[in-house]
Amino acid sequence: MQLTRAGFLVLLWLFVLAALRVVRSDLYAASGLRASGLPGFRRSEKSARGSKAPRQLVVTHGALTGTRISLDGRPILIGRADDSTLVLDDDFASTRHARLSMRGTDWYVEDLGSTNGTYLDRAKVTAPLRVPLGTPIRIGKTVIELRS
Amino acid sequence: MGSPAPAGEGSPVASVATNTSPGLRPPTRRGTELVMLSFAAGLVTLALILVELNQERSLSLRIVYLGLAYLGLFACAHLAVRRWAPYADPAILPCVALLNGLGLVMIHRIDLALEGVKYLDGSTWSPVAFKQVIMTAIGLLLFAATLKFLSDHRTLARFGYTFGLAGLVALLLPGVLPGFIAPTINGAKIWLRVGQFSIQPGEFAKILLMVFFAAFLVSKRDLFTTAGRRFLGMDLPRARDLGPLFAAWGVTVAVMVLQKDLGSSLLFFGIVLVLLYVATERAAWVVLGVGLFSGGAIIAWRLFDHVQDRVANWQDPIARYDVEFGGGYQISQSLFGLATGGIGGAGLGAGRPEMIPEANSDFITAVIGEELGFIGLAAVLLIYMVFALRGLRSAISVRDSFGKLLGGGLAFAVCFQVFIVVGGVTKLIPMTGITAPFLSYGGSSLLANYILVALLLRISAAARAPQRAPKPKPQQPAIADQHTVMVERPK
Repeated sequence: MQLTRAGFLVLLWLFVLAALRVVRSDLYAASGLRASGLPGFRRSEKSARGSKAPRQLVVTHGALTGTRISLDGRPILIGRADDSTLVLDDDFASTRHARLSMRGTDWYVEDLGSTNGTYLDRAKVTAPLRVPLGTPIRIGKTVIELRS
Repeated sequence: MGSPAPAGEGSPVASVATNTSPGLRPPTRRGTELVMLSFAAGLVTLALILVELNQERSLSLRIVYLGLAYLGLFACAHLAVRRWAPYADPAILPCVALLNGLGLVMIHRIDLALEGVKYLDGSTWSPVAFKQVIMTAIGLLLFAATLKFLSDHRTLARFGYTFGLAGLVALLLPGVLPGFIAPTINGAKIWLRVGQFSIQPGEFAKILLMVFFAAFLVSKRDLFTTAGRRFLGMDLPRARDLGPLFAAWGVTVAVMVLQKDLGSSLLFFGIVLVLLYVATERAAWVVLGVGLFSGGAIIAWRLFDHVQDRVANWQDPIARYDVEFGGGYQISQSLFGLATGGIGGAGLGAGRPEMIPEANSDFITAVIGEELGFIGLAAVLLIYMVFALRGLRSAISVRDSFGKLLGGGLAFAVCFQVFIVVGGVTKLIPMTGITAPFLSYGGSSLLANYILVALLLRISAAARAPQRAPKPKPQQPAIADQHTVMVERPK
């Protein structure tokens, strides 16, 4: 009698634990995005040398790691909106999060009133800031940088 | 730039939106769901066997058939999910199946107990477990139908105002109709009697109003975030934007006054506040709303006897144990039951649920606490928690704001309802008379909650399905690069 009583409670808790295990194994599936390819392999040797002007934007951390966008002088919108240049699917990013734009030969980053802010290296971006080559820009969980 | 791999290297617009290669689909995890469902069915069958053993009834193969029939019912639901929402969350349906199954076993168990009482004092009473089984089947049918006919939850947003009107009518109808259609049962006027059946339209109104509020907030979100004056570190909304909040408050108070249904009014207002908070991220709305509700509740307490009874029963149920009508007997008995159960419980089928009035609906958690003890009741509450957790997770990861609001609202509604009823049963808050979702006896509640689960699964399927590649946008040259054409003005 006592055995069945305890046994049922144990089984009930096993069900709870099994449900929690399903939840745990499911953490990444729910985000709808998977890490693409292996980061770092696509760096082309040709563009690493050459002129000092930035020629592409590379995602170094986050779900979109390895993604690169070539810069052609047009501004780059970053955010969760579908029409952004870099569409982030990140709970910490805002719909229109930040913009990179070219003035003269330099690129500037500005924050578009995001909730969680944009960081250039360690500094929070409050006004448009010039982005040097290879300096990380952090947006939510995503880190991007400019490369030549 | 020599590497061939990155898609659309030269065209930044189309390059990044898709990351999931078509060959690599995320797992649907339907197999996990089936395994968990079988586990739940096994547990429910075991619970039934234990009840029959402890009640010293003859065991027969019938129980195994019942267990298999139960598994069959949920296997059909599982197939419906597989067919119409293949990417739905794998943990939600098994949790619901276990809760519903445990509820059925407990209702059957209370039937057995009441049968004994009937034998002794000859009261008129008939078993209800079978009715609840039928309701479960109908509920699962509605569940499958919702999944089939609602292929995208965003279509609901289009009918927001229609749903809102229907929900309002359904909520207030029993309060204003005459007594022969809308009888007063146990002090609350929330039922509609249609021939043999009585339905509780408020349960369906809950979902309808949630759809309306989510759609309304998505389209009018800006209105609610307009900053007013700052006060105590909060941005107060402007006075003219308070209209919707006051409207919701008015409806709540009307429910409280006309139908004497405290639980529903608390639930409804809580849902409104949480949706407002999720949509605006402003604590000010919650503070204002809680203030309004407390004000209304205090006025209701001053004016109405039944509210005063509830509060007095909450403060000291034992002191009012012998009060003839509306006394503390029920809550006292529920507390005695919980105390008898203690940590480990009396064992399934070995408690005395017939001592608690309304044991199979509002007070079913007290019976579970008595027979499964604190350990078992905690497990049941954790199953609710997993359910709500998955609902909120789906709401976070779904990509449209209507889905986010609706999913968050639905998950919260179940959670809050459990809080209200368990809080009442355990004397944390005044008892307000509301069903425990999926556990309690009650057809309307079960049907409405199955529709709710179907909506949640639909939203979670939308959240977890792989993103389809968006159509590449036609590449337009920047406005500066477009060649200009001189047009001569006609003279």
